[in-house]
Amino acid sequence: MTRFRTLLAIAAALAGSAATASSETALELSIKDHRFEPASLTARAGEPIAITVKNLDATPEEFESKALKVEKVVAGNGEITVRLRPLKPGRYAFAGEYHEDTAKGELVVE
Amino acid sequence: MLGALIIVFREVIEAGLVIGIVLAVTRGARGARPFIFGGVAAGALGAGVVAVFADALSQAVAGRGQELFNAGVLAVAVVMLAWHNIWMARHGRELASELAAVGRAAVAGEKSFVALAVVVALAVLREGSEVALFLYGILASGETGAALLLGGLGGLALGAAVSALTYFGLVTIPARHLFAVTTAMITLLAAGLAAQSIGFLQQAWIVTALSETLWDTSAILPDSSVFGRVLHTLIGYTDQPTQLQVIVYVATLAGIAIATKLAAPPPRAPKTVQAPAE
Repeated sequence: MTRFRTLLAIAAALAGSAATASSETALELSIKDHRFEPASLTARAGEPIAITVKNLDATPEEFESKALKVEKVVAGNGEITVRLRPLKPGRYAFAGEYHEDTAKGELVVE
Repeated sequence: MLGALIIVFREVIEAGLVIGIVLAVTRGARGARPFIFGGVAAGALGAGVVAVFADALSQAVAGRGQELFNAGVLAVAVVMLAWHNIWMARHGRELASELAAVGRAAVAGEKSFVALAVVVALAVLREGSEVALFLYGILASGETGAALLLGGLGGLALGAAVSALTYFGLVTIPARHLFAVTTAMITLLAAGLAAQSIGFLQQAWIVTALSETLWDTSAILPDSSVFGRVLHTLIGYTDQPTQLQVIVYVATLAGIAIATKLAAPPPRAPKTVQAPAE
């Protein structure tokens, strides 16, 4: 059953890969010297969000946010897209798991 | 150094617990060990490959590759665990009965060892790729290499200790009950993995239904803490599950329990002919 669901999911993903929602708020975030730049992002509530995370360091990082329920590896000099559903107003913290002491940031939704 | 130790340890707990449980499940079955350690080795090798291609993977499928990969790996593990339980329900009696010679039990159990070896390999693959990336990052940056690397290796050693503790803890259970305990543990493990799998699909927006958070216990017991991680692996605890994750968890639990019940030969019935499960 689960296997079937995964197959369905993969099919759905392939079908939908070309289409990206135009109503998405596109945000950009870089990682440099194990810090997020900018450290604070702002987005409007109730709109889907896509954050492009560019890793300018040569070392990998894991973009992690309990609040946003995201856990995603970014390779050294790589980039990822983090998709978020429409959020309620609030502050959502995120961190780079491999360098938690310096890689800290937040998404402010208003 | 301590930071590196904790990061690596957090990652390897999951694989460590799975290996410990699987070793306990296959205790006394001669011939199981090579399968299990083969699974660990294959998983470690795969983890290295995944780490090398991490960027390509995350770029794949419109940036959804990582989530799909994780969800797929978890789903396969769930199927394998479910199959193992069902298989054991069918043949468990002859394996558990004290009359069965150990050697014969091993031959009979070989098929299900493969399933468990796959489960171990997948657990090591998933956790290992992140550890590999992390350690590679340390080496590549030459930040403060030696101390961090030592911490990372310490984390790996602790993970191995978790495996050992799990195993020795489980094997203190009298053999008569061990089977029932490990069956229940595998069912819970599978349900937790199924919920995680769905979580990844929701993260990638592939599954959009019921993605509201059902409860938030992150203040009481964060699943990033060591104890939270242990519970996360053993029973699938998550501090902020989505509605669908909880539904999938319960459905998997019920599904495997029912399938196992159906597969079990009726008590004291004359020997029934069973079709091989293939």
